[in-house]
This record gives sequence, structure tokens and C-alpha cells, in this order.
Amino acid sequence: MSWEMVIGLEIHAQLATRSKIFSGSSTAYGASPNTQASLVDLGFPGVLPVLNEEAVRMAIRFGLAVDARIDQRSVFARKNYFYPDLPKGYQISQFEAPIVAGGQLTIDGENGTKTIRLTRAHLEEDAGKSLHEAFSGATGIDLNRAGTPLLEIVSEPDLRSAGEAVAYLKKVHALVQYLEICDGNMQEGSFRCDANVSVRPAGQDALGTRTELKNLNSFRFIEKAINVEAERHIDVLEGGGQVVQETRLYDPDKNQTRAMRSKEEANDYRYFPDPDLLPVFISDELIDSLRASLPELPDARRERYRDVLGLNDYDADTLTNSKPHSDYFERLLAHHPADAKRCANWVLGELTAALNKDNVSVTEARVAPERLAALLDRVEDNTISGSIAKEVFTLMWQGEGDADDIIEQQGLKQITDTGALTATIQAVLDQHPAQLAQYREGKTKLLGFFVGKVMQQSGGKANPGQVNQLLRDMLSGEPE
Amino acid sequence: MHRVSVVQLSNGLAKGEYSSEELTQYFLEQIDANTHLNAFITVDENGAMEQARAADERRRAGDAHALTGVPIAHKDIFCVKGGRTTCGSRMLDNFVAPYNATVVERLAQCGTVLLGKTNMDEFAMGSSNENSFYGDVKNPWDTTRVPGGSSGGSAAAVAGGLCPIATGTDTGGSVRQPAALTGTTGMKPTYGRVSRYGMIAFASSLDQAGVIGQSATDVAVLLEAMMGFDPADSTSTDQPVAALGDDLSINISDLRIGVPDVFFAEGLDPQVEERVRAALRVFADAGAELVPVELPHLSLSVPAYYVIAPAECSSNLSRFDGVRFGHRCDDPADLEDLYRRSRTEGFGDEVLRRILTGTFVLSAGYYDAYYKKAQQVRRLITDDFKRAFNKVDLIMGPTSPTTAFGLGDKADDPVSMYLNDIYTIGVSLAGLPAASVPCGLADGLPVGLHIIGSHYREQTVLSAAHAFQQITDWHEAAPPKGEPS
Repeated sequence: MSWEMVIGLEIHAQLATRSKIFSGSSTAYGASPNTQASLVDLGFPGVLPVLNEEAVRMAIRFGLAVDARIDQRSVFARKNYFYPDLPKGYQISQFEAPIVAGGQLTIDGENGTKTIRLTRAHLEEDAGKSLHEAFSGATGIDLNRAGTPLLEIVSEPDLRSAGEAVAYLKKVHALVQYLEICDGNMQEGSFRCDANVSVRPAGQDALGTRTELKNLNSFRFIEKAINVEAERHIDVLEGGGQVVQETRLYDPDKNQTRAMRSKEEANDYRYFPDPDLLPVFISDELIDSLRASLPELPDARRERYRDVLGLNDYDADTLTNSKPHSDYFERLLAHHPADAKRCANWVLGELTAALNKDNVSVTEARVAPERLAALLDRVEDNTISGSIAKEVFTLMWQGEGDADDIIEQQGLKQITDTGALTATIQAVLDQHPAQLAQYREGKTKLLGFFVGKVMQQSGGKANPGQVNQLLRDMLSGEPE
Repeated sequence: MHRVSVVQLSNGLAKGEYSSEELTQYFLEQIDANTHLNAFITVDENGAMEQARAADERRRAGDAHALTGVPIAHKDIFCVKGGRTTCGSRMLDNFVAPYNATVVERLAQCGTVLLGKTNMDEFAMGSSNENSFYGDVKNPWDTTRVPGGSSGGSAAAVAGGLCPIATGTDTGGSVRQPAALTGTTGMKPTYGRVSRYGMIAFASSLDQAGVIGQSATDVAVLLEAMMGFDPADSTSTDQPVAALGDDLSINISDLRIGVPDVFFAEGLDPQVEERVRAALRVFADAGAELVPVELPHLSLSVPAYYVIAPAECSSNLSRFDGVRFGHRCDDPADLEDLYRRSRTEGFGDEVLRRILTGTFVLSAGYYDAYYKKAQQVRRLITDDFKRAFNKVDLIMGPTSPTTAFGLGDKADDPVSMYLNDIYTIGVSLAGLPAASVPCGLADGLPVGLHIIGSHYREQTVLSAAHAFQQITDWHEAAPPKGEPS
């Protein structure tokens, strides 16, 4: 029997607000435990939540970007359960009236483009963290993360393979960064997801029993986890068993999933509207002004790269998949508007290679786009050749200074003086009498050999165009 | 100096007839002499004397508020920075609040002197003040009787002359009912008028801070200082606050007073009815028009309240889990044991009863039948009041169906206890401002007149109460100075 996977994702995007969703505490990552937890985050008796309006604006921006309905009235609810890292004994979330309803995104699936429908996106607060390792026989609680605003983005079960799931996830990942509502940092947990996975015989309409894979936070693990879980379902079903609806964790070391808690033990969350927070009313004016302030989104940007700048699909996709890369490219392009292809080559070539080698993100690039643009200026005005430029770039990356300083100090200026070039060419011709004879006998392919030798001799500084021209002239001359 | 009004005290301080230090010393002595009432959980002699000296200094410097130097007491539900805040519960027996409630902060800014924290039903749940971890509060009029709850400590303290005025909180009647049972004047303003920040939550959509004092004018002065928008409480209202302390003038003959039949139905003590009807005649004799009004859904208010309030309390009290503050059981075996024993040991029976009720009515499968239905009933009750207030300025009736009952009389019958708030609960569900003023004695025990206003009409309620107190002197009746039993 052939099986079909059915996958829905619940993405948790940590919103990039400066303060928490219901308190004034900072949301900065990495502080000492419990130093960024106010009385509100600690759930002290008598304290009350006050909604951070920036989080609401960010949620609306997301909704507008995915063509969703922004409900003018949305309600915060309490989700009640006990856990030591949940200070109030309930999480403030949205239930019946989420801020963003519906919406859709297009992905490039295995069989061309495909539309994935969104169910909803709602605001909620994050819980704290339980620290088990550092305390033998006890559990430490760090509430720095408690109250950090999250946007939970829920998809319909429209995804049919782990590959589609990752494509969709990457799409959302890029989108939230374009919208500047989430930093997308998966290592720090700013962007993570749960996957609902089920399988059914191909062609069947009814959904199979699903399991939920919790807290996946790398694209690679998500793909592996979904595949291994779907295979487990198929094994169970083909063995005549039944899939149990439950929450499971993925263990990347063993490439296995294991049960976390079964439905029998599942909590009854006793949702009800939070009486400490009034319903949120969103005006048309706010929606209109947020719509007007939306940046160019990844799909539109990719199309522009292809249609207006003339980049190929690969370059356009690769650049726009990452907003920081794309933003770097934009800044470089601003200085060299006619040279889109060259700019793209630099960003995707030398720059990316250097970033990968040092394992730093593009926002931490050691050569800012403006400095790279100054280097490209020197190629354009023939001060240096493209290959020398790569050397200069490496030196810039190593902190040797700006392009002009390096070119000056290292004496890398292109040699354009005809006299000097003629002398070098003559020397090369003199050193290779055999090849010269062959050329003269009609083996004109040897031109490249001579050009190479001349460039070598000049330390790469000779102007290749000039060398070509001079060589042709000199070789076509009569033998002495 | 027994039972001198806040307004008189303020004048005396202003004229230099006595200092705040002397005044504070006097009330601390009264508290000391009346410990048999069990009205206070915590008395802060040193802190109070220090604040009194600072207040005297401030008066000398010429920068005094009317309340500067006036001793007050807070119900032990309000967080006071650096002080113990127990909420009447073993759960918070060791809890020292690290911050001031907005109410505490605002009154401290005025220069009031905090004598201490008054006793209360645990987490404000109760109508008799028999549910405190710190023991029953006694009614100064008859120490074998209850003072009413849950602000019973504040009511007993004011009635017994232990402090001139005190804060309370009213979720289903907890300011008005004890005021009625102790012959004091108690008022809860419109829901949202006073910030709930720092007031330990029982049922957030109903909780409202109020005041128990000796007269409408006293209550007005303190309330005005407490009310007003607070950015730390999203449910606090930004409606402008009237100058209650300055203007309680009203022309009674212009008033239309609604009298609902349902307030005079079965279960009302005949003597209470007689005193309340006499009070209504006082208004009628002064020219007010008494108009019958219908509140057809009011009979559903007690059941609706006992769904909504426990639902919210079950969630609000989840934070008392033994993890971060409050009572923690000894040597928990595991997490489940930590939660179970800390909460079982920390909470009293009434609190546990309401947590369980609330957990039940919110649980999957029952939410629609109970919680949602109760909210719909609440809407109907609110609409009833709105319709009535299209015809009348105020609604009046009894505050409590009986006078103070005996300690222990209803302790084993929660439903009978719940019915004690039958007149106050509907008003709380609708979020309306209401006061209870003394309107007579029945067998030597105080009877309260319930004056209910439309949303944000605190001034009308207090003005009517003040007018009544200018014609009558029931508010000046003090309990007999009995021997400590």
C-alpha cells in the first residue's frame, strides 16, 4: 500500500519586542537566571498584566503579510495548568478570538508551487525554563523567558511531506524576519515548532490518528523527525496496530521519537477569558497604517530580482531566502545599481564563503556592504582586476584596512602602462620560444597560455584586456 | 475621642488641637484594649508612630492633604511593602510583600498613618469572617455574633472605635454586608474605579476596593483619594473622578428612587424590612419619589455568582503552589506531592470548596453549561439594572436579609451562608456603585440601608447617603462599650 503523510505545523515565533508581553522586563537573551523577571513575571500576589501594544502591532503585521483576517476584537484567555516554570499556574494565550484568522502562504513544493492555508496566529506569553542538569536531585527555575511574547502560527494540515514542511517553515522563517517581528534565531529558541504528523492510505480523505512532535528547532531535525515519525506510523499500521494520539519528543542522537505524555494524561486546560485583560479592539486606522508600513516581502523581492535586475532563479532564490543576505545585497546594489549580477556573485561567492569559513552571520560580516562597494569601485575603474579584488577582499576581511589602503600598501594597482606591459610580454615571449614557434605555425589557442604567463609574471596586476590586445598585436608582428 | 469622624480629626489636626502622634497613640491603645474583637492580623506600632511623626512634620511644613496624619487600617488583602500580607490565609502567613498596592501607595502619598492590617475571611471568601486562619472576628455590638465578611476586621475595627476608617474589598458584598452588620457606612464604587493592582485577587471581574467608615462624608474623603485610573491595572477606568470629598450636596426632592419588590421578598427578617421601609419613608418625606422597579433576573444572581467567582478564584489561586512564595509543605516526595500538600495545608475549607467548584465549572464539557451560562445570566442582570436606571436615579433596599447572626450558626451550611449576600451580589455582577448606611437597630443590632447607583454615579450614592445622615443619626449610634469577653 502506498501511504500519504499529512502534516500541520504550529510555529512559535518569539516576537522581537524590547519588553515582555505583559510586563516591562527586558526580553534580551542570555542574562543570568531570574534577573529579567519582574513581580508580574514571577506571578506575585496582587500583580496584574498590562498588554504590550508593540506585540499586537507585530501580530497584525504578520496577519497582513499572509493575507489573513485581522479580527477587530480579540480576547486573551487563560490556559490553566500547573508546572513549576509557569509562575501564575496559567498561561495567558488566545483561544476563541485570536488576533489573526486564516491566511495563506505559497511554497515551492516537489510538484511546483503550492498554497498552504493558515488556521490562525495568536499571541501568548512564553513560560520560564526548568533547569535539571545544574542541580542534582532538584530542579532550578529560570523565569527570564516567562512572559516573552510569542506568536503561535498554526497551519492547516496541508503539508504532504517533510520536504514541504521544511519549505513552509523556511518561508515563515524568512517572512517574520522581513517583517522584523522575530529574529529567527533557532539556536536560542526564538523560532521553534511543533509538528502534527499522521499518515493515511493514498487517496483516502479521512485523516489518520496524529501524533504531535514537540519543540523542534532546526530545519534538519524537523525533516528527519517528521520522516522517522511517519515511518513509525506506517510500521505500526502495517503491523496491524493503531497509532496512539500522543505528544512525542524527537531524539536527534538516536533519530527516534519517544512518547512524552499520552492523551489519557492530557491536561484539561480550562480555558476562559482572562478577566484581568479587557478585549483588544483594533481600529481600521491602525490596520491601514500597518499595511502601509509593510516592507517589501520575500516573494515580491524575488520577483523583482528576476524580472527587474535580471538575476537567475538560483541567485534570486538564494538571496531572498535570507533577509540579512538580501539586505546586504541591497546595500551593495545601491552603490552599483548597474551591476546586479556582479553584486550577487560577490554576496553569494566571496562573502558567503568568508562567513561560512568563520562561522559568523551576515549581520556580523567583517566587511560592510559600503566597504565592499568601494572595492568594486576599484574594479570598475580598472585600478585592479577581478582576481586581485578577491585577494584584497581577503585582506579586508582579515582586518588589514579598506580597499584603497590595501591596494596602495601592497602595490596591487593594475599595470596599464603600455611600455611596462610590452616589456613583460616581450620577456615572456623570449622565455618560451617553442610555444612562440607553435603559435606562429597556427596554434593560436596558445594565446591564453601567453596571457597566463604574463599575468603570472606581473603578479596578477597586469590589465588582462590590455595584455590580450598587446599580445595579439605583438604576435601578429613579423618574426624578428 | 471614641468614634470621631475623619473629617473632624482632619480639622483637629489642621487646627493643632492634637498631633498625629497623639492620635495614633490613642488608636493603638484602642486596638490594644480591644484584642478580644480579633479585628487586626498585624499591628505596626513602630511604623505607625514613624508615619505619624512624618505627618506632623508635613503639617508643620504646610503641605498637608486633608488626610495627612489621619490613622487608617488596610484590609490584609492589600500588599504593603516590607509588611506581612496574609490575606487571612495560612498560605501567606509568612508572605512579606515587596511592593505597595496602588491603593496603599495613594493613601500613603496623602500622608495617612497605617495602624495595621485588618482581619478578613481567607482570600476574601466568606460572609461572616469565620474563615480566617487568624480566627473569627467578633461583632462589637455583640461579641457572640459575627461582624459579617469578608471585610469583617475592617468593619469591627471602625465600629469598635479601633480606627476611624478602613479599607475593604467587595467581590459579592464584602464591604456592604459587614458595614450593615456593624452599623458602619460602607461603599464600593463602580467596578474599575479603584485600581486592583496589589490587591490579592479573588475574582478579578468582580473584585473592587471600597471603604468602611463612620459616615458618608468620611467614606467620600477616603474614596476620592483611592479612585482614579491606574496604568498598572488594565481594567481600571479612566472616567473622571468627582470631587466627592468636597461636594455631597443633593436636592432629595429631585430624586427618583427605585424600590424593587424582589428586595422585599421571602427570607427578609420582618424587623429589617420595617427599618428599611422607615428609611425609605425618610426620603419620601423629604420629597423623593419612590418608584417600583423590576429586576426580573435578580433571583439568578446567587447561582451565577457562585459559578463565576469560584471559576476565577480557581485560576487566580493557582499561583499559590509552594514553588515561589507562601506555604510549602515539608519534604515533598515529588512535584505532585509538593503541589497537593502545600495547597491542602495552606488553604482552608471554604477556599478549597470554591477552588474545586471553579475547577469543575471550567472543565471541558461543563464550561458551556455553567461558566458561559452564568456569564449570560450576568448580562441579563446588568441589563435589568440598566433598564431600571433609565427610570430612576437610585435603587434602595436592605443590604442584608438579617442582622448579625451568631458565630458558628451558619458555619456548617455554606448555602445558607451564601444567601446572606442575596441583595449585594447582583449589584456586584453588574459592577455598580453601592453603599450601605445604618438605618436603625433591631433587637439592639444594626440594620443597613442599601443605596445603589448607576455606573460611575458614586457621587449620587454618597450624596443620598449623606442627606440621610443629615436627617437621621443612626450612623452615630455606637456599640455599647462592653467588657472584653
